[in-house]
Amino acid sequence: MGMITDKVAIVGMGCTKFGELWDKSVDDLITEATFEACEDAGVELKDIEAAWLGTVFSGHTALSLSYPLKLQYIPVTRVENMCATGTEALRGAAYAVAAGACKIALAVGVEKLKDTGWTGVQPTNVVGRTTMGTTATELEVSPPAMFAQLAMRYFHQYNLSTEQGKMLLAEIAVKNHHNGSLNPKAHYQNEISVEKVMKAPIVAPPLGVLDCCGVSDGAAAAIVTRADMAKNFRDDPIYIKSMAISVGPSRDPISQEYDFAHVEENARASARAYAEAGIRNPRAELSVAEVHDCFTIHEMTVYEDLGWSKKGRARDDIEAVTFNLKGELPVNTDGGLKCFGHPLGASGLRMQYEVYKQLQEKAGPRQVRDPRLGLTHNLGGSIWGGIACICVTGNELHQG
Amino acid sequence: MVGITSFEAYIPSYRLNRDEIARVWGTKSIGGERAVAKHDEDSLTMAVDATLGCIKKSGCQTDGLFFASTTSPYKEKQAAAIIAAAVDLPRETRTIDFTDSLRGATIAMNSAVDALKSGNAENIIVTASDSRMGAGKSQFEPLFGEGAVALALGTKDVIATIEISHSVFSEMLDMWRVEGDPFTHSWEERFIINEGYMNTMDKVISQIMEKYNVTAKDFTKVVFYGPENRSHANLAKRLGFDLNKQVQDPLFGSIGNTGTAALPIMMVAALDEANPGDLILVANYGDGGDAFIMKVTENIGKFRSNQKIKERLEKKIYINYEKYLNWRDLVPIQEISRPESPTPSITCLWRESKSVLAFYGKKCNKCGTAQYPPQRVCIKCQTKDDFEDYKFSDKKGSIFSYTLDYLTSSRESPAVVGVVDFEGGGRVMCEVTECEPSKIKIGMPVEMCFRKIGQKGGIRTYFWKAKPV
Repeated sequence: MGMITDKVAIVGMGCTKFGELWDKSVDDLITEATFEACEDAGVELKDIEAAWLGTVFSGHTALSLSYPLKLQYIPVTRVENMCATGTEALRGAAYAVAAGACKIALAVGVEKLKDTGWTGVQPTNVVGRTTMGTTATELEVSPPAMFAQLAMRYFHQYNLSTEQGKMLLAEIAVKNHHNGSLNPKAHYQNEISVEKVMKAPIVAPPLGVLDCCGVSDGAAAAIVTRADMAKNFRDDPIYIKSMAISVGPSRDPISQEYDFAHVEENARASARAYAEAGIRNPRAELSVAEVHDCFTIHEMTVYEDLGWSKKGRARDDIEAVTFNLKGELPVNTDGGLKCFGHPLGASGLRMQYEVYKQLQEKAGPRQVRDPRLGLTHNLGGSIWGGIACICVTGNELHQG
Repeated sequence: MVGITSFEAYIPSYRLNRDEIARVWGTKSIGGERAVAKHDEDSLTMAVDATLGCIKKSGCQTDGLFFASTTSPYKEKQAAAIIAAAVDLPRETRTIDFTDSLRGATIAMNSAVDALKSGNAENIIVTASDSRMGAGKSQFEPLFGEGAVALALGTKDVIATIEISHSVFSEMLDMWRVEGDPFTHSWEERFIINEGYMNTMDKVISQIMEKYNVTAKDFTKVVFYGPENRSHANLAKRLGFDLNKQVQDPLFGSIGNTGTAALPIMMVAALDEANPGDLILVANYGDGGDAFIMKVTENIGKFRSNQKIKERLEKKIYINYEKYLNWRDLVPIQEISRPESPTPSITCLWRESKSVLAFYGKKCNKCGTAQYPPQRVCIKCQTKDDFEDYKFSDKKGSIFSYTLDYLTSSRESPAVVGVVDFEGGGRVMCEVTECEPSKIKIGMPVEMCFRKIGQKGGIRTYFWKAKPV
């Protein structure tokens, strides 16, 4: 067992509805998610001793959190790790509690993309360096064009025709939309068909519009405390079993060693997370998983990178509906990024919200059977230079 | 003896049929086609292409790089220095821009000859490149073409000696373009052709023949500038040259008038066919005239195996007028709605000049891994600062993965992007230019070319792209 295992518990969570929230500000979203989490935990704002804010575009510094919540001169930290930002905020809060720096901490993730007028997020250059101080000569590709190259090579390496490959990806989109249709907090709550996904306009071959997640607004928050104090707050706290982050050296766009058919950071982070949580057979031991389905191809490779499907054989499990709501290991039970969209800073905590509810058996029509362990997975940066964050939580405390 | 030691022309792959232009404007077509540079090309990138080819042919060192153009990317900032950096010339190279005159290439040649004769230089490359535009419905829109050329001049291994040169100047506002106007204008045709072109060329050619004591019949080949076909042919007749046997085809039908590059491209076409002992007359026009008499040497033999410009012109892709409008930035386009790309930092561009312009990466001395961009810590063995410089611009590669980016901010959608693995190691992700979206596939062989990436805040950025072999 690792250092974080069973030391920290999540005792309250909040999550706004995700979507095109034209009538809400960043501050509104932060306030709603935080107050739902506090209410859920039975704490008040004044009880919080330290806070972490995760946002990529929707704020600068910790003041973006302390101002709307009127936090009273407590330590606040803003973190940013692109699409993995939400999980990064939770990691900061959890480790502070584990280290004894505080007893009750708040993690909030927020993003308000729809106020920007953008139809998508920014293109990424090869090594993920953007903003100031650049030659502005490196290739910039849109996010779908980045993941499309993963799909091209995956299909090529494992002998899938475009048609076969696209069909498998479509099954993932259809699954996540089905789950989203059961979730009132999802941005998209509609079912879609394989045929519709296959016929959707191409954005970056082989990916079409319905292989991509949406752009939306949202926020989610968690209250964490020491595991030994958790029952003071509620009967059904959720315990952190492991938190792993793997940050790549951006080897992949430079070195011919990379096969462009998997994401190394995902594999490294999951291996570490399983070791820390004492998981030997993740496919059998995990009850539910929320993974980074920004594009359908990424969810497909995640099945392999996280050790659930054999290399190159994710197709077998897709065809066997292994990851459907009623399957062996339900994945993205809340609808995933596919239905929630991807407000970058919020997504990691939104995933945790679903796992938290599942482990408490409060997921309504989406409830998985007999839940014990759940996993969230977030990938920031790019497929060739990524930041993979994994958090495993469980509803039982094993004290050594 | 000073003379030409190597030569290479660069003609973009794209052609606009003049009937297509005539169709748009309801005018009468002058026939033939014109070369069009892609939207990621400009005078500077075409000059880099021609210069790299010229150096490759002869393998010569050069201590001067002279650039002639009327369409240099900057009004204030030397283009020759950027070209010299991109083709990886030593910093001791003398760089000069010869701009503003259509006669720029021969003015540069004269300067090169003087420098070589004085012993101040041993080898100088003169590159000329132009990308001029005529306004819609003007005579110039179909007439102009885009292209570049590079001539190496030196004192050793000369393939055509420059026997004599002669210049005159004239003062007439026959063709011009002012600041802020993208189009070339001219005065009434009969006046500028008869009083300007014909009389000036007659004078400079007659005077050089008299100086060298030859007559029209003595030349094997006559290569002279013409604004268009008819005046070109009329001048040949007036001076007593045999149009069929002596006069070099001005290539209006296949390329168009390429401005400063026009005459030297014709010289390249003439040298492609030349034999030892040939006597060639060369004459250029623009604010006066420059004339040269050249004698072809035995060294021409080693250039025989090279692909001739004629053969190269056969490989072409036709575009329609709408594409031409887009490529030349003649229609405003809607920017894609997402976060703005960063403005280039001049400091960064300066610091990374060798990797950005000359496309140098590193090769690890310990594990031998080639890598781009240059690293401080090896991507494979993590050794610090133990590398040798490694040039990628001349390496062959193949496509490892790719896609078509329909959400590109480029002028043209989709952008073809790919992962290129180089022979000898190293990988880059880059745009694949001059590639039909439907044609790209895994394993496709590519080579690198120097292209314009964009312009932001008045700063034009250049970088390397892959292109199908």
